[in-house]
Amino acid sequence: MRKIYHRIIQISGNVITLEAEGVANGELAEVRSGDLSSLAQVIRLDGTRVSLQVFAGARGISTDAEVRFLGRQMQVAATTDLLGRIFTGNGAPRDGGPALTDNMTEIGGPSVNPACRIIPRKMIRTGIPMIDIFNTLVESQKLPIFSIPGEPYNQLLARIAMQAEVDVIVLGGMGLKYDDYLYFKNTLDEQGALSRTVMFVHTAADPTVECTLVPDMALATAEYFAVQEHKRVLCLLTDMTNFADSLKEIAITMEQIPSNRGYPGDLYSQLASRYEKAVQFRGENAGSITILAVTTMPGDDVTHPVPDNTGYITEGQFYLSGGRIEPFGSLSRLKQNVNKDTREDHRTLMDTMIRLYAQYKDTLEKQSMGFRMSAWDNKLLKYGEMFEKGMMDLAVNIPLEEALDRGWKILSECFEPAETGVKSAMIEKFWPKSNQ
Amino acid sequence: MSETALKSGRVTGVNGNLVAVAFDTSVIQNEVAFIQIASGARLKSEVIRVRGTVADLQVFEATNGIKVGDPVEFTGELLSVELGPGLLTQVFDGLQNPLPRLADESLFLKRGTYIYPLDDKKEWDYTPTAKVGDEVFAGDSVGWVPEGIFQHKIMVPFGWLGMWRITWTIGAGKYNIRTTVAKAVNDSGEEREIKMVQAWPVRRPISAYREKLLPVEPMITQVRSIDTFFPVAKGGTFCTPGPFGAGKTVLQHALSQRSEADVVIVAAVGERAGEVVEILQEFPVLEDPRTGRKLIDRTIIICNTSSMPVASRESSIYTSATLAEYYRQMGLNVLLLADSTSRWAQALREESGRLEEIPGEEAFPAYLESLVASFYERAGLVKLNDGNRGSITICGAVSPAGGNFEEPVTQATLKVVGAFLALSRDRANARRYPSIHPLDSWSKYKSTVKAELVANARRILRSGNEIEQMMKVIGEEGTPNSDFVTYLKSEFLDAVYLQQDTFDKVDSACTAERQAYVFAKLNAILTKEFNFEEKGEARSYFAALRQIFIDWNYSAWKSQQFADNEAKLDAKLAEC
Repeated sequence: MRKIYHRIIQISGNVITLEAEGVANGELAEVRSGDLSSLAQVIRLDGTRVSLQVFAGARGISTDAEVRFLGRQMQVAATTDLLGRIFTGNGAPRDGGPALTDNMTEIGGPSVNPACRIIPRKMIRTGIPMIDIFNTLVESQKLPIFSIPGEPYNQLLARIAMQAEVDVIVLGGMGLKYDDYLYFKNTLDEQGALSRTVMFVHTAADPTVECTLVPDMALATAEYFAVQEHKRVLCLLTDMTNFADSLKEIAITMEQIPSNRGYPGDLYSQLASRYEKAVQFRGENAGSITILAVTTMPGDDVTHPVPDNTGYITEGQFYLSGGRIEPFGSLSRLKQNVNKDTREDHRTLMDTMIRLYAQYKDTLEKQSMGFRMSAWDNKLLKYGEMFEKGMMDLAVNIPLEEALDRGWKILSECFEPAETGVKSAMIEKFWPKSNQ
Repeated sequence: MSETALKSGRVTGVNGNLVAVAFDTSVIQNEVAFIQIASGARLKSEVIRVRGTVADLQVFEATNGIKVGDPVEFTGELLSVELGPGLLTQVFDGLQNPLPRLADESLFLKRGTYIYPLDDKKEWDYTPTAKVGDEVFAGDSVGWVPEGIFQHKIMVPFGWLGMWRITWTIGAGKYNIRTTVAKAVNDSGEEREIKMVQAWPVRRPISAYREKLLPVEPMITQVRSIDTFFPVAKGGTFCTPGPFGAGKTVLQHALSQRSEADVVIVAAVGERAGEVVEILQEFPVLEDPRTGRKLIDRTIIICNTSSMPVASRESSIYTSATLAEYYRQMGLNVLLLADSTSRWAQALREESGRLEEIPGEEAFPAYLESLVASFYERAGLVKLNDGNRGSITICGAVSPAGGNFEEPVTQATLKVVGAFLALSRDRANARRYPSIHPLDSWSKYKSTVKAELVANARRILRSGNEIEQMMKVIGEEGTPNSDFVTYLKSEFLDAVYLQQDTFDKVDSACTAERQAYVFAKLNAILTKEFNFEEKGEARSYFAALRQIFIDWNYSAWKSQQFADNEAKLDAKLAEC
């Protein structure tokens, strides 16, 4: 029987402090006060003084609350029963189903030995031309979606999840609006994908501390499916800025010295230890973890500490602006690993279309400044419009090959072959015949 | 190791990766200790502060599960690395654990697992050079073993004070690194053994050399804009700050592959694991054109990526500097690439925050500058005891928050380095690689190309830039033809010389000889007077010239194609 402690000596923010012995760093405890009950985690030891972070928040906790240490760290049930289930940030069922207790595994485990990783070479098809052609998503990539608040980033995330060829989807929602939570749930359900999905959802109304647990819960689950079950896992995290803000809130309460705009000095390490869980294991049927994470940029400022630190960690980014994936800010650092093996015209078309679109942007600027438009300018204006409608619009949903064909069609409707600067061999093979 | 029982202590507090330990008798600042936790794991840690009878330890692992009262063992030894034959081709973490051998045990980096860094079974072909009766000092070699293409010298331990007389040496033969190869005695009659392997505390620079010299000889990187415009000297220091996506890592990879150094140490400090994987998988197959062997044969990789423990990230930078110094002591030229020193500085910041020190700018510790300076000061060209020279060149990548060079790490670095290669997001966005900014960067070292030619090229770049700014306001029409030509010349210089294709076998490797030759040709174009009737004509002429010049860049040095393209270029020039 574990000892129950009754005397809390300090309550500050969501952190309570009491005198106890034989407690391990990171250990969980159950805190009961009147009708309230919550899990809490040890975050600091100082002699016999033990500080705990209360997941449900310290509001309503009395100084004589019951605290019982559980002798274990935060865990998640590593079992296939997770599929189709929805949990809160601390792993309690949110869908009315039974709590899972089999094969409990600690979350936030050690990182993969770099010597065990391999260079990823498998493309993930999404049906979105701006991704498939221009910034190809690669299995085991870690990629954030940089977005201004208000953009349809959750819709984009849900769509990629639906269309990506993966075995398991793990969704970690942090500070989600309840509507967005329902949107994810309904969309996954309608498309019949709920049965291969595990959701850990922290809504905006839930306690802050739970928000910081979501990525670890989601990634520990993803790791279980990838390592034990050899599944290809897609982990969706939305929104990592809320996660960082929760870290900030807790750090300030703990009287840590803030570094940049109030964020804790270890923000980079905190984010990196999550993103670096993305991995491709060696072997024929080996599993993988791909991470797509929304990072909203306060004030559309890419130098804000959260997107800035994220950019240094991840392998590129999708930049969502005006309801479209921007071709210039977006980058997939791994695309060259895969786009040489898709179709021979892939790279040529990608480079050509982007170069011409950049010229269109210049022309647009000239036009707005009132300069006269030349014949070439008019061609570019026509091209830009067709490109935005046929390629950039998020409503477009076609496989890569069809998108490439459409690219050639757009080029041929706007330009003469020589004007595109494409190698003659490519023109002969791919330029639509009717327009040659 | 001493015969007395190890000193011990007990945990009294845990705060993040900082553990307070009450000790019994005495502790040494920066000594290594092990914390024994209930699960059986022993966690390596280092004393970083002592107050009364409580020592603060930074733990090189996750601290979950540590309890108050857990026993702690102090080793009495500072955090050290093992130096001996077999370091080359290896991949270590920040504490010199060999990662591939850890991988035999688990996919994951299980905490508390430490493996001896060197292979102590392997036998090396030892040739003694010192004889009984020789007088030797710390750092003098007593023999050597072949390691790859190098003569790996076995040296008198760097910490031995004063003069020692050799009393015994082993004969030539095959021995493992634990073998005593010589014995020596000092004036006071103390006899010690010299083995093939020695340990050295990482935070202390090895100073067993005669004197430090001024670095003057250029270290060729084969990157044109570096060697010609912003050169680096053997024994010099340089930094490559840039925002994310500016191509820091690609540039570092290019330097690691093509620099004319004997030994390259790649330190991946708190960066993406994926990037290290590329090096790990490609270096064993890529050929080193200078020696005909594989690149990995001259490389040591120190890999402490962003998700590995922060404390060992902090020490990994010292581990790599110590390994560099070891090979320098053999008279080799070593290049140390640290990507990224900002992550190291952040590790310092995390630690300083936990120690509740009064913060400096952006919460970095007040001693950041002196630590950055002392790291770069470990570079240098030295004259060794035997009169030979060895050098360490340090290149530190810096990842400034928000791409803003005003931040403390970049500024602290700029104070101490000899060359500054500013990577620019604008150039990267315009796909102008390498994205080294030609106007913002600087170097204090001597170029491989004649100074007055470089000065002229620089002047054209500067006025080209001014004219471009002007044209944005007044339009092309209002710009005089002569100015327009200067602008085209500067764009031309950028396109055919500053920009270089890292992924092309020929273009990526531009030797000093080739640079001097090509630059002379380029200079002739830059100084030539052109008279064009109209701007369109000028533009298309330079476009054509550019195309030929780029083709020339892609032709192998002194090949037929090279000669053909040069002839084409000359013909095009003769048109005007």
